[in-house]
Amino acid sequence: MTKAIAISGLTKNYPGGVQALKGVDLVVDEGDFFALLGPNGAGKSTTIGIIASLVNKTAGRVAVFGHDIDTELEAAKSCIGLVPQEFNFNMWEPVSEIVVNQAGYYGIERGVALQRAEKYLRQIGLWDKRRVMARELSGGMKRRLMIARALVHEPRLLILDEPTAGVDIEIRRSMWQFLREINQQGTTIILTTHYLEEAESLCRNIAVINNGLTIASTGMRALLTKLHVETFVLNLAQALSSAPAIAGYRLNLVDETTLEVEVTKGQGINHVFDALGKLDIEVTSMRNKTNRLEEMFMRLVETGQL
Amino acid sequence: MRVSAQYNAFKTILVKEVLRFARIWVQTVLPAMITTALYFVIFGNLIGSQIGNIHGFRYMDYIVPGLILMAVINNSYANVVSSFFGAKFQRHIEEMLISPMPNYLILLGFISGGLARGLVVGVAVALVATIFAGVHLNNLLIVVLVVTLTSSLFAMGGLVNAVYAKSFDDISIIPTFVLTPLTYLGGIFYSIDMLSPFWQGVSLVNPILYMINAMRYGMLGVSDINVGVAIGMICAFNVILYAFALNLLRRGVGIRA
Repeated sequence: MTKAIAISGLTKNYPGGVQALKGVDLVVDEGDFFALLGPNGAGKSTTIGIIASLVNKTAGRVAVFGHDIDTELEAAKSCIGLVPQEFNFNMWEPVSEIVVNQAGYYGIERGVALQRAEKYLRQIGLWDKRRVMARELSGGMKRRLMIARALVHEPRLLILDEPTAGVDIEIRRSMWQFLREINQQGTTIILTTHYLEEAESLCRNIAVINNGLTIASTGMRALLTKLHVETFVLNLAQALSSAPAIAGYRLNLVDETTLEVEVTKGQGINHVFDALGKLDIEVTSMRNKTNRLEEMFMRLVETGQL
Repeated sequence: MRVSAQYNAFKTILVKEVLRFARIWVQTVLPAMITTALYFVIFGNLIGSQIGNIHGFRYMDYIVPGLILMAVINNSYANVVSSFFGAKFQRHIEEMLISPMPNYLILLGFISGGLARGLVVGVAVALVATIFAGVHLNNLLIVVLVVTLTSSLFAMGGLVNAVYAKSFDDISIIPTFVLTPLTYLGGIFYSIDMLSPFWQGVSLVNPILYMINAMRYGMLGVSDINVGVAIGMICAFNVILYAFALNLLRRGVGIRA
């Protein structure tokens, strides 16, 4: 399978001795929807900056669809669409001009650029705002404008650096749907986010970077199956005065109608329901205490191990 | 990038730059016209009438080439320094940096923007000059050549300033403390024949002296400097600054981490 991204031994030293990347290795297959996770300052944005040639690397190799950025930079750049973390468009330009100009920088003829700008602004729900100055858009609209701008040259690889930060849940969900469609049409997507349910919902593969190193790179499903303990929160119909005892399970009564159950790998949740039913305890609803990926992420970042 | 794609990319920057200064013409084109009119009224009419002729021309007519070129210099520089620094400050320079455009195309795009504003303002100032003074034309080719080369040189100067600038204060230091004194001492209002030999020698170090004299030769047919030498110097300055500016972009100074 073609590699959309192949990174090996990537390092970045900033003046003053700060070593942002200490040897990142990363492979993203063509067509993937890939999550690049890590705490603040881990090196995600530096890695993305190097891929997009906004940051000069110190050492290592980066290839985009087989184009080495040291020897075939223009070809590599042509493959990439970037949605950065910070707003980086001219606030004093109209929305459509920002998108059309971006197409122009990729050498696209103006007539085609206008058609593409209309297509993507309509898809992203900004066509009605095409003549509005960018500074007048809401935060969510500005994020969507950056997505339309990144897509206007129809890149094979779309890199999104926290695209839904500060966006309300309704718009976030519509952006998820849009990104799924783009991915299904063949665009490889790399996503960084601090909303881990977003990564779990959208991405098939995942890498975690911490302290400038790749500490995990695997399939999302494979990662989650390594979770040893999950905690479920059960809402009860009747109040209890103490947590019931079920052999092999640890239960904790949070308040009189809320019960937490720890289920270790290999155990089933059905047995808990059976036991509670025999005790005449009715469960009205259930949810995970924390997002599963969040638990794995915290474990990885804190211990460096799965 | 294919040649046609490079042409589209170049045209995009040029149109964007022209629209930028055209939208705010009150701030970009009009001030030079008003300033020039004031120069003509004060220096040309009120004081100039006391000075008499220089090299056979009325003082008012003698200062026209220098005033046009001063407007071209200031506006070419101001256009690129403000546009490039604004793009850097708001980070939308990244739109170009992530694209496959080669660095020389980005440089040529900004130079052309500065050139466009320099030419528009130069023509506007020349029109103002026709109201107050006689606008002579000795050699159109030399005038066009000098205006174009001078404009592109200072457009590149503006880009270099913007690359190094870290704040808005930094983009006004060079125009205030370097450009304005050199321009005024470059012989806009006088011939260096009027200076003592020592100051004549000092004036020869000023690159703007060569530009103003070449322009004056193109319009009036008189110059303190050999016009071939003057144009040669301007070409040399262009080549040196082009190579320097391109190297800055290639290394990503001030724009890439």
